[in-house]
Amino acid sequence: MSNTRPLLEVRNLRVEFPTRRGTLVALDDVSFDIHPGEVLGVVGESGAGKSMTGAAIIGLLEPPGRIAGGTISLAGRRIDNLPYKEMRTVRGREIGAIFQDPLTTLNPLYTVGRQLVETMTTHLPIGPGEARKKAIEWLELVGIPAAAQRIDSYPHEFSGGMRQRVVIALALCAEPKLIVADEPTTALDVSIQAQVIALLKTLAREKGTSMMLVTHDMGVIAETADRVAVMYAGRIAEIGAVRNVVKHPSHPYTIGLMGSIPPISHRLERLQQIEGSMPRLSAIPKGCAYNPRCPHVFDRCRSERPELIPARDTQAACWLYDPASGTQAAEVRADA
Amino acid sequence: MPAFIISRILQALPVMLAVALISFAMFAYVGDPVAIMLGQDYTQAQRDALVRDLGLDQPFFVQFGRFVVNALQGEFGLSYRLSRPVLDLIVERAPATLELALTAAFLALLVGVPMGIYTGLYRNSWLSRFFLTFSLIGVSLPTFLIGILLILTFSVWLGWLPSFGRGETVRLGWWSTGYLTWGGIKALILPSITLGLFQMTLIMRLVRAEMLEVLRTDYIKFARARGLTNRAVHFGHALKNTLVPVITITGLQLGAIIAFAIVTETVFQWPGMGLLFIQSVGAADIPVMAAYLLLIAALFVTINLIVDLLYFAVDPRLRIGGGKGH
Repeated sequence: MSNTRPLLEVRNLRVEFPTRRGTLVALDDVSFDIHPGEVLGVVGESGAGKSMTGAAIIGLLEPPGRIAGGTISLAGRRIDNLPYKEMRTVRGREIGAIFQDPLTTLNPLYTVGRQLVETMTTHLPIGPGEARKKAIEWLELVGIPAAAQRIDSYPHEFSGGMRQRVVIALALCAEPKLIVADEPTTALDVSIQAQVIALLKTLAREKGTSMMLVTHDMGVIAETADRVAVMYAGRIAEIGAVRNVVKHPSHPYTIGLMGSIPPISHRLERLQQIEGSMPRLSAIPKGCAYNPRCPHVFDRCRSERPELIPARDTQAACWLYDPASGTQAAEVRADA
Repeated sequence: MPAFIISRILQALPVMLAVALISFAMFAYVGDPVAIMLGQDYTQAQRDALVRDLGLDQPFFVQFGRFVVNALQGEFGLSYRLSRPVLDLIVERAPATLELALTAAFLALLVGVPMGIYTGLYRNSWLSRFFLTFSLIGVSLPTFLIGILLILTFSVWLGWLPSFGRGETVRLGWWSTGYLTWGGIKALILPSITLGLFQMTLIMRLVRAEMLEVLRTDYIKFARARGLTNRAVHFGHALKNTLVPVITITGLQLGAIIAFAIVTETVFQWPGMGLLFIQSVGAADIPVMAAYLLLIAALFVTINLIVDLLYFAVDPRLRIGGGKGH
């Protein structure tokens, strides 16, 4: 997978929000690749910048947010600086998007069929009649029963899970190469979540679509993603193959995150938790943003900001894994 | 649906009865109709005879019942001032007011909605700022002043348009219309601008506020994420979702335009119901005032019903039980 050219290349992406009290840096120096057919999971706490990364990729940052630096390339073509009109032909056609809450994502006044047809006729060289036929096929594909009848129903006539299936059909119907799924199951009942994730996974594999799956649910990531990026305070803390990140995390934050997932195999008295909370964007500490909460913090963490470096099986932005950090780090590493 | 219409009509009945009661009370408490009809010299016997003839010696509710029954048949009595049947007077004047009100409402929608969409989409352009400032004038200047300023500019200085009256009208059955002659249309321009300006700015501000609200919703963001054209997003998805409140306000405002055409009709000496009403107030012509009050109430009730029905047309979520597919 890694010897092919990446489908999506994000390099040193920086997103800023100019506010009255100064500029907030929401994303800082974020770099990652997504290869054709690959599912990249993006996890982190609320406000870590996961959804912001997705919004930047589809070019729909909420104003006044703006890309202040770095590049985003899709199949070798830069898309972060495209004029709005050109970016429009990328959205939907080359990058599909799935949002969090299916109850608010669909226009309540249009039938689901109309929304599917308009998406396809906008991007594909087909007429309304053919688009309608394909719309029924898509509804069947995402598991809507009696699709031929339901195509003329309005969104409020579907349940939440069914609506998210419609949203998935809408995201995929122009056959994009990449799907940006922003917490696609968070708003759904737990019993429906697994179905929707399974559907997404199957469809992405069948169509060879790559996916960026933003979620705070490690279970979903472990089951779906090939690789995973852990975000903290607008930066990537750790990135690597999913089994390595889950089984052998390197960054102290990831270790803490994995410790806060209840294991099914044995009972714990109490879930482990990470002390403190993620800093606000206006008060990101100097050096490593995680240093005030990190159990292994040492001097260098408070002054210098770590970049992603090879660490055991993954890449982590942590000084513990820099040989230049010296003996102190080596001792901590041995303990951890 | 028919059940809904019937229930709305039933709800309207108490409203109409209450208004009827108020109109009826005017006869008893605003001036003495017997004194007005008898003039200066009369004997007590003459007065008693008239009171008996008119049924004024009967209990209040019997009199009220008779008033309602008569009103239902369009019988509002004779105008004190003009000594003609009130219904004839109103029917004669209604076309003038209705044509003026419809033109004003049409103008308000035709200009107000696009201005609202524009200012909602391009919040910070200088044209939007200009529209908003301009709308403040529309909201804050009193109608009579706008009318007088328009007359001064276009009738007195420029001499382009007539300053009063309906111009030439054409009779179509009992309806007299000003739409069919050039003079009639010219005479409509200034009064309808005067009457519609406030509504236009109101509609503009409403559409703008609704657009801003709708443009923030997830389904608009999703429509953009699907790569739909701006045209489809703005004029399809967004505009349609702003329509429900716009229909409500426009409907209610249409009632208001008709009811409050009084000032405009006075300024332009427009021979409509408003002018008739204001002249009747001056002469304490109670039958006309009572009939006008009832008519306006009926108008509001009817418009409200139409507005409610339009909701069904716009918003599928309201069509409970009418859904397909379940």
